[in-house]
Amino acid sequence: MKNLKRYLLFILVLGALFGVYLVNREIGVKGFQMTVSSFIQMLLVLPPIFILLGLLDAWVPHKLMVKWMGEESGWKGAALALFLGSAAAGPLYGAFPVAAVFMKKGVKYSNILIFIGAWSTTKIPMFLFEITALGSGFALTRLALSLIGIFTIASIVNKLVSPKEKEKIYAQSKSL
Amino acid sequence: MFAEKTNGRKKVENIILYALTAFLALSSFFIDKGKTKQAFKKAWKAFEKILPQLLGVVALVGLVLAFFEPATISSLIGSSSGWWGIVLSSTIGAITLIPGFIAFPMAALLLQNGAGYGQIGAFVSSLMMVGIVTLPMEIKYFGKKTAFLRNGLAFLFSFFVAFIIGRTVG
Repeated sequence: MKNLKRYLLFILVLGALFGVYLVNREIGVKGFQMTVSSFIQMLLVLPPIFILLGLLDAWVPHKLMVKWMGEESGWKGAALALFLGSAAAGPLYGAFPVAAVFMKKGVKYSNILIFIGAWSTTKIPMFLFEITALGSGFALTRLALSLIGIFTIASIVNKLVSPKEKEKIYAQSKSL
Repeated sequence: MFAEKTNGRKKVENIILYALTAFLALSSFFIDKGKTKQAFKKAWKAFEKILPQLLGVVALVGLVLAFFEPATISSLIGSSSGWWGIVLSSTIGAITLIPGFIAFPMAALLLQNGAGYGQIGAFVSSLMMVGIVTLPMEIKYFGKKTAFLRNGLAFLFSFFVAFIIGRTVG
């Protein structure tokens, strides 16, 4: 029963896909194909990310992470968070479990937000690809704007979320 | 047209990721078997916890993408579509979840087919930074407040990107 509830969204969407299939076969089949192909893509990318996470969790001591990216880490911590997010591979949802491990290890909230921002939009391999696809004018302008955006969004969210709420989020990360 | 090239690139990226993981896992195993076992246990537990949401998200993406054709998109977001096109581009970017390796060639195609630079800037920016379909996952990790704030601000930010890129590029 508990498991069924966890898979509720998946079951509902499958039902909706089936409903679409009954109304319009072409769109329904396309939806199923997309679902299967993105699931395969996901299965290709995620296992190494989670294994790296497990290794990080097991090997990198709490103290070191606090020193590198914790409360007292200053601009170096922010720069490291930006670099780690940019060096990552994979879709944004791959960043959330990494962020949870970072929280468990005592990384500062604003640095977590910078990490998420960098992972979402300044990934280095993506940037190189963006240049080849859309031109360096477009890619460089967007990179410069993204850097502004990442730090602005991180600092606004960091200010608006109260210390108490942060405590709750950090406590929850331990159960994930 | 771009599919083969992007798949190739993606493959190379994936091989590097796997090779790095295999190297680190093996090194870890030789240094400390117990710790490595613990690491794999943690990896599996974390994966299993998020799997239901991931499956839901993936199916939702399939459902949404089935309705959106690139041709439909480009007819709506040409450079003459102005702010209306920008708002539409940002919204499409926010609700779809297309990997960059597919999105960039698609954006290039859209540009060739008459989409505007500002609109494409808004689309790419919101596609990367805003995730409506992954919101349930984000809430699970960060709580409602952070998730809504981050996505809301990133959505507004895509208009700024559109404004600047529309003026300076193209």
